[in-house]
Amino acid sequence: MPGLPLPIPNEETRPFWESCKAGELRVQRCLACGKLRYPPRPGCSECGSLEFDWQRLSGRGRIHTYAVSRQAVHPALEGLIPHTAVIVELEEGVLMTSNLVDRAEEVEIGRPVEVVFEPVSEEISLPRFRFV
Amino acid sequence: MDRELRGKVAIVGVGETDYSRNSGRSELMLSLQAVHAALDDCGLRPQDVDGLLRWAVDTSAEADVAASLGIKELAYFGEISQAGNVGAALVANAAAAIAAGLAEAIVIYRGLNGRSGRRYGRGEVTGRGGAGPGQFTEPFGVLVPQHWLALMTRRRMYETGVTSLHFAHTAVSIRSHANRNPRATFFDVPLTVEDHQNSRIVVDPFHLFDCCLETDGAGALVLTSAERARGLKKPPAYVRAATQTGYTRSRAYIETAAVATGPRLFRMAGMQPSDVDVVQIYDHFCPFVLFALEDYGFCKHGEAGPFAEAGGIRWPDGELPVNTSGGHLSEAYLQGMNQLIEGVRQVRGESTAQVKDAQVSFVDTGVGTGAVILTKEP
Repeated sequence: MPGLPLPIPNEETRPFWESCKAGELRVQRCLACGKLRYPPRPGCSECGSLEFDWQRLSGRGRIHTYAVSRQAVHPALEGLIPHTAVIVELEEGVLMTSNLVDRAEEVEIGRPVEVVFEPVSEEISLPRFRFV
Repeated sequence: MDRELRGKVAIVGVGETDYSRNSGRSELMLSLQAVHAALDDCGLRPQDVDGLLRWAVDTSAEADVAASLGIKELAYFGEISQAGNVGAALVANAAAAIAAGLAEAIVIYRGLNGRSGRRYGRGEVTGRGGAGPGQFTEPFGVLVPQHWLALMTRRRMYETGVTSLHFAHTAVSIRSHANRNPRATFFDVPLTVEDHQNSRIVVDPFHLFDCCLETDGAGALVLTSAERARGLKKPPAYVRAATQTGYTRSRAYIETAAVATGPRLFRMAGMQPSDVDVVQIYDHFCPFVLFALEDYGFCKHGEAGPFAEAGGIRWPDGELPVNTSGGHLSEAYLQGMNQLIEGVRQVRGESTAQVKDAQVSFVDTGVGTGAVILTKEP
């Protein structure tokens, strides 16, 4: 079984993965307009500023949408069916793609969730979500 | 200076190969066969062609096509990136280049072994192996188009109340068009609403028959100036307007890029959605036909599902027939190319589900990433 791909961090994204490893969810905050953004990118999609810092989020939010794989449409999903991908709207307004560690049958839009960090390698802990 | 495109350039030739699950030919050979078919269709010869444009994700380079085609000099060439969604963008660029005098006759082509070779549905073209933007999706099991488009579909169902039953009626209408088209993969396979609803769930909310085909095959278009078009074998399909949208800050997972493309396209054309006689939409997944109808302004937000259920998109009696050759769901998955070919055939009067006296033909090639309006009159 090939398993799900592991993230390959780069200059722009490494701080995010390092904070996940430390058990904290951090996203970029534009220093010019204050807009939070995710996934990491060099510039602000609101105002174009390249100046930013990293802000810690609560890790709580609600399910914005979901998709349940009922068949392994990709080899990496073998053995993981049913698999529930989610977009979580975090309390701070950021949308984050992830997956649910709880039962697919109970997923619904609007349901509160919180982040849980799952170590998958020496460097990487993945921010997944569970029901509150 | 007159900067409008309106009718200065026409699509004069269209052609395709057979559609199959295993072509047994290279993608380059498929491409060349489609180019020959499109040139035969209009009566131009390879030496008349001085421009080639293609999808960047494809494998057949312009110089390789030129070398096997008998082109003397390639004066204009290029490819557009993203994925399968750039057909209209290529038409827009070809039309602009011809209108500006950069080339006389441009062929847009694509040939792919999309079933026997690299499969889009398995992430073999769009997969990133956890690198780049893939690091924020793929480790979480969002691996293939089915996944991210199911996420958007589920949210849109929540927002507008559109249901899987609406999707079923859409798929059935499109299949009924394929059942008239001998080129279509599902020409002799009927589909009922029950078949759709009873088909297995692939990625919830997508049933099997919400998902498009995967196809080996090729298609090509020939474009030239309106002046030159008038002396050729077939009636020209004039490019009234063509545009592309590569990025938009639309509301994520709620709107498609059609909310940006639609108003711009209709403004360029000097037309309204109500002026359109027949529509082709990039139906990689059936629900997106409905989302595109709404976001382009053919239906009000939330009303496309009931419109399809009432037969509104079904030839011959529907108010606005959609995907009259069978689309990606039931004809072939040439990713925008077969929709463009069908859009041309409609204004020529050559479709197997011909809309009576079709004057204005609308083609979307990526659920908002690009669209063209073709007209019978310049």
